[in-house]
Amino acid sequence: METVKEESKIQKPAFIKISDVVWDIPSDFKHGMRVPARIIATRKLIETMDLTVYDQITNVATLPGIQRYAFCMPDGHSGYGFPIGGVAAFDVNEGGVISPGGIGFDINCGMRLVLTNLTRDEVTPHLRTLVEKLFRSVPAGVGSRGFVRLSKEEFRDKVAMQGARWAVSEGYGWREDLERTELGGRASWADSSKVSQKAIDRGFNQIGTLGSGNHYLEIQWLKPENIFNEKLAAKWGLFPDQIVVMFHCGSRGFGHQVATDYLLLFLSVMERKYGIKILDRELACAPFFSPEGQNYFRAMGCAVNMSFANRQVILHRIREVFSEVFGKGPEKLGLHMLFDISHNRGTFEKHDVDGKVKELIVHRKGATGSYHPGREEIPEYYRKDGSPVIIGGSMETGSYLLVGGPKSPDTFCSTAHGSGRTMSRTKARKMVRGSELLRELEGKGIYIRTASYAGVAEEAGFAYKNIDDVVEAAAIAGISLPVAKLVPIGNVKG
Amino acid sequence: MPYRFIEDRTMADVAFTAEGRSLVELFTSAGLAVTATMVKDVSKIEHLATKHFSLQAENIEMLLFIFLQELIFYKDAELLLFSGFDLDISQKGEIWRLRARAMGEEIDPDIHELIVDVKAVSLHRYSVEETPEGWRAEVMLDV
Repeated sequence: METVKEESKIQKPAFIKISDVVWDIPSDFKHGMRVPARIIATRKLIETMDLTVYDQITNVATLPGIQRYAFCMPDGHSGYGFPIGGVAAFDVNEGGVISPGGIGFDINCGMRLVLTNLTRDEVTPHLRTLVEKLFRSVPAGVGSRGFVRLSKEEFRDKVAMQGARWAVSEGYGWREDLERTELGGRASWADSSKVSQKAIDRGFNQIGTLGSGNHYLEIQWLKPENIFNEKLAAKWGLFPDQIVVMFHCGSRGFGHQVATDYLLLFLSVMERKYGIKILDRELACAPFFSPEGQNYFRAMGCAVNMSFANRQVILHRIREVFSEVFGKGPEKLGLHMLFDISHNRGTFEKHDVDGKVKELIVHRKGATGSYHPGREEIPEYYRKDGSPVIIGGSMETGSYLLVGGPKSPDTFCSTAHGSGRTMSRTKARKMVRGSELLRELEGKGIYIRTASYAGVAEEAGFAYKNIDDVVEAAAIAGISLPVAKLVPIGNVKG
Repeated sequence: MPYRFIEDRTMADVAFTAEGRSLVELFTSAGLAVTATMVKDVSKIEHLATKHFSLQAENIEMLLFIFLQELIFYKDAELLLFSGFDLDISQKGEIWRLRARAMGEEIDPDIHELIVDVKAVSLHRYSVEETPEGWRAEVMLDV
């Protein structure tokens, strides 16, 4: 494959240091900025962010109705439109907009963490079998289809409207799973009449599939020394030496098509009908309360539901595989879900802005909801504790479980979502061969099964920031606090 | 090569430039680049299936955008990857039209060494321009 390198022409801004982990780009940095941009990062992290991040987050700051700051989380890196790690909240009662580019094509892409009552010693002899069976049961990679068979009408009427509740009603899961999923596993605002037939055609047969890129299903080990909040870890069902399962995926082709459909629609009306001018067409938007804005919000809700249903069916498959391998039912193996949380969504929330409670559409693109104790967004099961937050790392370094911190209102209850890339995919693929990387990781005790060797090379640990640094920045800022770190021992890679 | 991947344009996604002496060549190059993002060796995709479709847009830039998006649609909806195109591009008044015959085959992980799934075409830094040599496009794909 022929590639060409590119030199950046973007100037690094002069940051105003607010604290060791808070850096502002003032609103006079770029013409049209309505608010400053605010980066949550240690000095080490901010110095390694690519310059496009600063260009993109200051573009976000120009959008109508934006409140307080355009935020970038500690794992920020360049994306399209919004940077990955971007958070922006728009006042819906003051002409605030909704933008598909601020939510991402993979609507409601997120993480799910599943407990077991197994220890590492109990799982290690079965690790290869587990990974191989999971690889077969949860299709991954380009062009994969799920095992659930249903008509396009059923997909539109049930999956897109009911999300994980549809899946549980069909026997793919337990009632308690819904109580441990954001929004109870269903976006109540969804309206499938706002979704194109093309979106249905693209996604109706993909329920129960991982996708590819940075999507994965991982068997992880909780080393005793990696528990940072013993009381909360115990309360949430974690114990030293435990094996857990974490996976990362989204709304598949259905969500991608919903986003594309509305990106094109918004482009056609944004300036002509609403007089909104933007600096990057990927930031195409419309007022939240416009007909187009409302239609997108409702269609986006359907994609949220598809992703919840997708992860619910995958959980069901995980329970089946573990039961088969260990010869016990999923209840006896303690295969309870800990939490399901999104990092690509626009959510209607109320927040205090300069002493006044405002109704906002909070865009999180590659950013996770992180709610301090008591917030109504937190399922009742966890409300007194704060919301569980799952930050997924690379397949080499591990992932974190955190809890919403006391300072989370500072960022509209948002935190990081992953490690954040420091190297492009094409460059990573030049640095290492996928097959070599798999052998190297197996030597370190991590068994990986993949749909794509090249894809594995793109996801090598060296292509990402150190997740410990990302979590440290979020913790110092007080927006989310670590509960435990989980390290991989088995991985199914899309 | 009629398309080249740009190494440092984006951290998480894939960017490429495509060129052609004519619009048909440009569209063909860009279409092949989308396929090459997903599969290592495009030449291994045989012409076993054909899709016919027609598209129209208000300008050539958006016509290319929806053409590439259509290829991504067939990847999910019918599991098809394309390695050849027979295209006719015309302009009538302010409307650009494309009639396409896309040739390829169903994805087979045993034959096609797969790389990464393409989710969508992004409009971030997207451009189509006429050059002294013909046409050139810059495209970023969400993967």
